[in-house]
Amino acid sequence: MRELRELAKKLLEEGTVSVVIGWEEGPRGVRPAFVTSPEDAEQLVFNSRSVHNLATYLNPRRPQVRRLGKPAVVVKACDAASVAALIRETQLKREDVVLIGVRCGGVVGRPDGPAELTPETVARRCMDCEKREPALCDHLVGEAQPAPPRGEGLGARLGALEAMPLSERWAFWAGELARCVRCHACREVCPLCFCERCVADKTVPQWIESSPHLRGNLAWQMTRALHQAGRCVGCGECERACPAGIPLALINRKLQQAVAERYNFKVSDDPGVPAPVGAFRLDDPQEFIR
Amino acid sequence: MVAVSESREGFEPRITAFVCNWCTYTGADLAGTSRLQMAPNVRIIRLPCTGRIDPLFIVKAFERGADGVIVSGCHPADCHYSEGNYHARRRFALFRELIEFLGVDPRRVTFSWVSASEGAKWRDVVDATAETVRDLGPFDAYRQPAGRTACAS
Repeated sequence: MRELRELAKKLLEEGTVSVVIGWEEGPRGVRPAFVTSPEDAEQLVFNSRSVHNLATYLNPRRPQVRRLGKPAVVVKACDAASVAALIRETQLKREDVVLIGVRCGGVVGRPDGPAELTPETVARRCMDCEKREPALCDHLVGEAQPAPPRGEGLGARLGALEAMPLSERWAFWAGELARCVRCHACREVCPLCFCERCVADKTVPQWIESSPHLRGNLAWQMTRALHQAGRCVGCGECERACPAGIPLALINRKLQQAVAERYNFKVSDDPGVPAPVGAFRLDDPQEFIR
Repeated sequence: MVAVSESREGFEPRITAFVCNWCTYTGADLAGTSRLQMAPNVRIIRLPCTGRIDPLFIVKAFERGADGVIVSGCHPADCHYSEGNYHARRRFALFRELIEFLGVDPRRVTFSWVSASEGAKWRDVVDATAETVRDLGPFDAYRQPAGRTACAS
């Protein structure tokens, strides 16, 4: 923590960056913090409740953050993958951001919950996470961390769903998606939902029914999932932001897997790898085409 | 248009086909001028290229009463715009994985490459799709989720 605060202070004093985006303790748990003066660097924290993927503030859809000037962002290994994806998709230039990597031993599911990491509290995405520190960063702080507690991660839940017959799976998703209230929090929190104008907001023609009804909800979630295919790094922020508790990360993970299997694309924090959707190979598999 | 809630007996599927202007549309035209007999269940929507077909088109077709969808365009290496069908191929591979994961029978969506000279192949695609979708039955699960009646306009 000392190391992080001193680094943030130094970067702000030198004028290398004009804002450091990190986490602070708030009245309701850990929350994102925008530190613009060196004195305030003392309020920065990083611990198991630093849940938020701060890469979302680098999304070009957020001009209010851009206006603060050049940012330094504190990133866990998973967040760095989001930054890499933004660079890969030409939404961000590498030189426009300073990345402060933190060594991470997993975070809890909720920033306002208990801080202790147990198989019950640990975030689902951390359960099968292998990366303790980001490769894509300018500075790396913190001590080496142990692996987070293992538990039934996303992969296991995905497997259980895939084993169901089609009709049961339909019933499951119809039940889940019927609860969607179309608040679009999943879109707003996502670091990689960067369309200037979302197709869900278009009314002429209206492609996606805007009322919270299963039919439009399905169209919306299918669109969101497909737009995230090959982009989503599985940070799970959509699911955390969802007020209806819909397991959105499962849909994203499914497509992540499909992209990995079909196009050999692995989520990584290497921005040099081309994005799988938008590229193609002449010999892509086409067993489903007559 | 036909009322939405048809019973299974005497069910005739409504199939929407999104086809590219340069290959499949011309192929379908050839099938017509060659007087090939085929299932009359398909309504064709012509687009410039398979690369222009947003998966949302398919979703919309299901919402508005289609029981099945055909997406068809030029064979690989034949695209009028050089690479539209290659992009479409990746997109629809993922779309297919997605709908299957959500519990939609992927057999409701047929993808095919039909060139301008393959009138007979177009007939086969149409017949096979009509057959498959007829067996699958009406897609009321999508049209009328949660019991609300959709208006088929």
